[in-house]
Amino acid sequence: MKNLLEVENLKVNFRTKKERLRAVRGISFSLKKGETLCIVGESGCGKSITSLSIIGLLPSNGEIAEGSIKLDGNELLGKTENELEIMRGNEISMIFQEPMTALNPTFTIGFQLREPLMIHKKMSKKEATKKSIELLEKVGIPNPVEKLRQFPHELSGGMRQRVMIAMALACEPSLLLADEPTTALDVTIQAQILELMDELKRQMGMGVVFVTHDMGVVAEIADRVMVMYAGEVVEIGDVDRIFNHPQHPYTKGLLGAVPNVDDEEHHLNIIPGSMPNLDDEISGCRFHPRCPYAMDICRKKNPTTFQVTSSHQSKCWLQEVTDVDRLHTTS
Amino acid sequence: MENSATAKLETLKEKEEKIFLQTVKRLLKNKLAVTGLVIIILQVIFAILAPLLVSYSPNQQNLSETNLGIGSSHHFLGTDNYGRDIWTRVVYGARISLIVGLSAVSLGLVGGLILGLLGGYYRRIDGIVMRIVDLLFAFPGILLAMLIIAILGTSLVNVVIAISVWSIPGCARIVRGSVLSIKKQEYIMAMKSLGASDIRILFKHILPNCTAPIIVFATMRMATAILSTSALSFLGLGAQPPTPEWGAMIAAGQDFMWDAPHMAIVPGIAIMLTVFAFNVVGDGLRDALDPNMEMNM
Repeated sequence: MKNLLEVENLKVNFRTKKERLRAVRGISFSLKKGETLCIVGESGCGKSITSLSIIGLLPSNGEIAEGSIKLDGNELLGKTENELEIMRGNEISMIFQEPMTALNPTFTIGFQLREPLMIHKKMSKKEATKKSIELLEKVGIPNPVEKLRQFPHELSGGMRQRVMIAMALACEPSLLLADEPTTALDVTIQAQILELMDELKRQMGMGVVFVTHDMGVVAEIADRVMVMYAGEVVEIGDVDRIFNHPQHPYTKGLLGAVPNVDDEEHHLNIIPGSMPNLDDEISGCRFHPRCPYAMDICRKKNPTTFQVTSSHQSKCWLQEVTDVDRLHTTS
Repeated sequence: MENSATAKLETLKEKEEKIFLQTVKRLLKNKLAVTGLVIIILQVIFAILAPLLVSYSPNQQNLSETNLGIGSSHHFLGTDNYGRDIWTRVVYGARISLIVGLSAVSLGLVGGLILGLLGGYYRRIDGIVMRIVDLLFAFPGILLAMLIIAILGTSLVNVVIAISVWSIPGCARIVRGSVLSIKKQEYIMAMKSLGASDIRILFKHILPNCTAPIIVFATMRMATAILSTSALSFLGLGAQPPTPEWGAMIAAGQDFMWDAPHMAIVPGIAIMLTVFAFNVVGDGLRDALDPNMEMNM
């Protein structure tokens, strides 16, 4: 199947007064229609920046230095602001983390829900209102007519996130970016929202890029998982491969840091140290100072990306060792 | 089904009005603000119905009845040195004060809003805009107004221009401050992600969020504008005699302070009451529009 989204060698820098900070250091991935890709990583690993680059809404001091982002074969980088405005909300949409602050407190739900419809579909206010009611029904909000007249503060967090989803999906985009949409919600609501997103994805055949740091969420929603560390992709693969056969020590560390309630003996394995700052230059692999398996080569040379299986890649020298082992055993 | 839906919409419309009513209610709890509001409303009524409330024309002289004191049989606020009825002139003066104040404040708001919105939203022109504003701020207000009038010539229209230019920097700063904090909110980012253009975001989503401080500023500014109009007219830079402008009336009355003090005192009280009224209403509005105040009440 053709790829919906193709990101190649994306590099994003931030300008500061002193220097250029490299927030995303050449990442590549692709996404098929109807697929959910979860981007996982610690805070500051560049996962949000990646999604903001796709929709073209980097902060004003951020710039895409290199690379290509293709949606349905169309290059997005180098498009003018006007062309991007037409795409946003129409072909690419985004859902944000905080449903509490992502809705304008001075306007009713109806006013905000009508906006994308009036901008892109050039609907009249009446048509847009009608469509809004349909949308609210679709995202499972009871009494949609009443809700249209209410202000964001009159709704609960889960309801607001449903409204955000309705806004983002109003024009039936082919790609949905979700930046930790469930982090601010409590667990039962979280499950409902994830289920809703999954169902809508299937109905509309969208591709979803889901940014999160919650492995539980990943297990529930992802088809494929991309693990990021300090601006680089360290491992990418199908969800069951990542959970059952993680290759990169960082991925193993992340999975080890998930609490397990059933097992009383289980204690959390934390990853020692913390993520390097954006301006820290680390020789070799950027993870080696924290890596329990660090070898000599890790300190000297940045690993290349190794294919573990046809759809599973890991950026770690350990892979080379196992490759060599494999060679030995087969010969 | 359809009917119940529309009925629901209507009840909710009422609910929306309730929020507006809440603000009004909070304002009406403030006794000082209510006093001010009453004075302003009376003044507006006087200004509109001026010809019906008086039995003379403002410039009608009667040299046989000059310098009558307060409480005279036909002129309850007395007459001036030309025998003109002071009540008539004060009522007509309310017209001038309100019109000049209103137009000066509106012009100043338009200018301040444009500068503030652009400066707050676009970082690139923020520096230029704010330096212009700083420059305007560097002059003492009345001096700036006098300078503008010295260039343009003395007339009420030029007073309006002068006072509106003087209102621009204050308004621009308030608006810029609001825009700066609002544009960083996630909901603006969310609107961008839905494809809204800058202009749409600026006018449809940011501007309505700064209305509260603008309303307060405009009300307070009315007081200053009316006071400055009178001050400029008193100095002979605004309304020229025989226009029944309060400041000009005080200026005319100062030569007769010993013989007919009411000539200066009556318009003086009119100015004082007006400025007081706008200031307390402005204060009241600020409290009423601030949702945090609710808890303290």
